[in-house]
Amino acid sequence: MVHFSAEEKAAITGLWGKVHVEEAGGEALGRLLVVYPWTQRFFDNFGNLSSASAIMGNPKVKAHGKKVLTSFGEAIKNMDNLKGSFAKLSELHCDKLHVDPENFRLLGNVLVIILASHFGKEFTPEVQAAWQKLVAGVATALAHKYH
Amino acid sequence: MVLSPADKTNVKSTWGKIGGHAGEYGGEALESRTFASFPTTKTYFPHFDLSHGSAQVKAHGKKVADALTNAVAHMDDLPGALSALSDLHAYKLRVDPVNFKLLSHCLLVTLACHHPAEFTPAVHASLDKFFSAVSTVLTSKYR
Repeated sequence: MVHFSAEEKAAITGLWGKVHVEEAGGEALGRLLVVYPWTQRFFDNFGNLSSASAIMGNPKVKAHGKKVLTSFGEAIKNMDNLKGSFAKLSELHCDKLHVDPENFRLLGNVLVIILASHFGKEFTPEVQAAWQKLVAGVATALAHKYH
Repeated sequence: MVLSPADKTNVKSTWGKIGGHAGEYGGEALESRTFASFPTTKTYFPHFDLSHGSAQVKAHGKKVADALTNAVAHMDDLPGALSALSDLHAYKLRVDPVNFKLLSHCLLVTLACHHPAEFTPAVHASLDKFFSAVSTVLTSKYR
């Protein structure tokens, strides 16, 4: 079980309050598909993913990114019980979506990079470390029910 | 995985914009970020003072940054340009390959923090590929 100190929780929620979830979600998913093109394998029905600009502007990518990041936001409210919070989604990603958990780690790191680009100097090494712990915890929680 | 002409342009252009800050980014941010987020990486530096602001860490960050600057200048022949470093990592340092991904990630975070405008999705992709290519060369003689 991952334990977050009071400082780590503050670092995470402090930044999260300033994040535009819809915009950041689309950007995170978009960058995942651009930087790691093999991740497009899960999104055959998303239409035009033929270039970086097509991907970043794709309305389905934006919508799905928003969905994913909104779910992430719910997890932030339950940082002391990530496995419980993500139990159902974990089953879904294994049984129905068949997503290799490595992809959760890739997306988590892309999210960290986006936060860095949005927050610059505010994204100190200590803040980054708290967020790395969170994205690792979320990735592990989403993989927990895999069988 | 191959670096396309566009990738090479993106990397050269971004690295050019970093200018004289490469060393600073190397030490202050890379090691600070890598050691803070991924404490297991510290096991390779038992001989270093790892406290905040350590001169050893700054110097080492500059060393890494200078090596990357050299790699950028020789992107058409990374195995050649990095041959000595490849030998060093294989036979002397033997840093587990997973750690190159951790450092590469923190390099991307550092660049994103300091140069958000340049750090477009396409540039992000090119840099990720470049660091991956460098990492591959540095671990190519491991076995």
